[in-house]
Amino acid sequence: MSEREVLELLRENARYSTADIARMTDLEEDEVEAAIEELEATGVVRGYQAVVDWDKLEDERVRAEVELNVRLDRETGYDDISQRLARFPQVKALRLVSGDYDFDMEVEGDSIREVSQFISEKVAPVPEITQTVTHYVMTSYKENGIEFGDGEDDERLSFSP
Amino acid sequence: MTFELSDRVQTVPPSGIRRFFEIAEERDDVISLGVGEPDFATPWAARDAAITSLEQGKTSYTANRGRRDLREAIADYVADRFDLGYDPDEEIIVTAGASEAVDLAFRSFVDPGDTVAIAQPSYISYEPGVIFAGGEVLPVPTDEEDDFRLTVEGLEEAGADEADMLVLCYPNNPTGAIMPAEDLEPIAEFAREHDLTVLSDEIYAELTYDGEHTSIASFEGMRERTIVFNGFSKAHAMTGLRLGYALGPADAIAAMNKIHQYTMLSAPTTAQYAALEALDSCENDVREMVAQYDRRRQFVLSRFREIGMDVFEAKGAFYCFPEVPEGFTAEEFAEEVLREQGVAVVPGDVFGAGGDGHLRISYATGLEDLREALARIEAFVDDHA
Repeated sequence: MSEREVLELLRENARYSTADIARMTDLEEDEVEAAIEELEATGVVRGYQAVVDWDKLEDERVRAEVELNVRLDRETGYDDISQRLARFPQVKALRLVSGDYDFDMEVEGDSIREVSQFISEKVAPVPEITQTVTHYVMTSYKENGIEFGDGEDDERLSFSP
Repeated sequence: MTFELSDRVQTVPPSGIRRFFEIAEERDDVISLGVGEPDFATPWAARDAAITSLEQGKTSYTANRGRRDLREAIADYVADRFDLGYDPDEEIIVTAGASEAVDLAFRSFVDPGDTVAIAQPSYISYEPGVIFAGGEVLPVPTDEEDDFRLTVEGLEEAGADEADMLVLCYPNNPTGAIMPAEDLEPIAEFAREHDLTVLSDEIYAELTYDGEHTSIASFEGMRERTIVFNGFSKAHAMTGLRLGYALGPADAIAAMNKIHQYTMLSAPTTAQYAALEALDSCENDVREMVAQYDRRRQFVLSRFREIGMDVFEAKGAFYCFPEVPEGFTAEEFAEEVLREQGVAVVPGDVFGAGGDGHLRISYATGLEDLREALARIEAFVDDHA
């Protein structure tokens, strides 16, 4: 159960120190370290990344959510198509989903032109892909559970009974 | 002209924390660990229910005792969570915060000259409430050696066997102490033996981190002499909505309702809709907030030990109660750590007997701020060691 607790805290903030996690879970620091090693070794934790609000940066960063429909044949399955798409560095996330389309793909680039070109030249021509629908991200309000509103001031009294 | 103030108002001194407000206002980088209210927003479903009720124009008075559907929901909730059985028609009153319910109880059951024993340290409004009702306060100190739990010996030493009423608040503000069933049982026996009315403020009941909360009203022979207070401010993060309730025997609730109907008429209607939704669908939000408080509790307790300040192992509410280092009174420490480091804490003295030499630290504040505040307290302690 402690591994699960450690995992929850890492998801909350991967930069919590092992000492802080130990304080919050009442575990010893070496137990926390062991739990993290185990989570990494078994592939439960695949990596650690910053959650970025691109609107705060001057550099343009273009992101798009792309819906993909595919047609399968006897030789080609979803896994085959996913392997082909996932290797592109522009693809930040790729998920097989239920519903009106098959894959949900997140793409990033430096410009709309770059993202459009990538979809039209690299993705659309994949023979099994029958349709792409691209949604450019205009504003992000929340990513990975973190809200991007400018921190509201704490309006509570400094002291209360 | 100047108003001639009533003796009762003049008797009550100004709040012990008022001076600290002024110091806190002088600087803009204060991290406050002095607040007794959640830093979480009211669960969205409850806010949405409040908004919808406004859109539908539901802004008239409700029944004096509160909407019946809300009283039914409260009856179901306390039965389910705390094994308490109360009739929504006659034994429950919905009030503007648990504070109003406490005031109604003092004014309903205290006659001038009556003695009200208060287990201390405790929430700062009980004592003025007793005085405003014309009663006399009998402090019953608890101490750290007993984990700030109330004991029969403590009651006897304070002379509470002669009192008319006993006020309890567990889980406790400010210490974070809890009273498990085995500790409450002898207190219940004492109350029965000495014919004490018991006011039990259980507003922090959901915030119990070690074991289950037990209400003193659940012991044999206690239901008929106890008023239980609870509300939505703490566990449901609804402080500003001002909604609480009291549970008790029909004649006692009728007496409280008599004052309530002439002063408040009914609790805020919008808040009653929010509360109904909170009971109906926000259990998971409460569980999540409690889990967060528990993590912060572990963090704060552990950091105080690292800093070298003795700290009581709080098991409820969202407070911990460290001892101030030697060479300071609680008030001096609170004032200087606020001036030098910009950390607001409350000196334990303001909570009555047994609170001196301690600080109330609220961890109803985000972890990043808690970490920074404790680093500043550590720096302060190092500077003055």
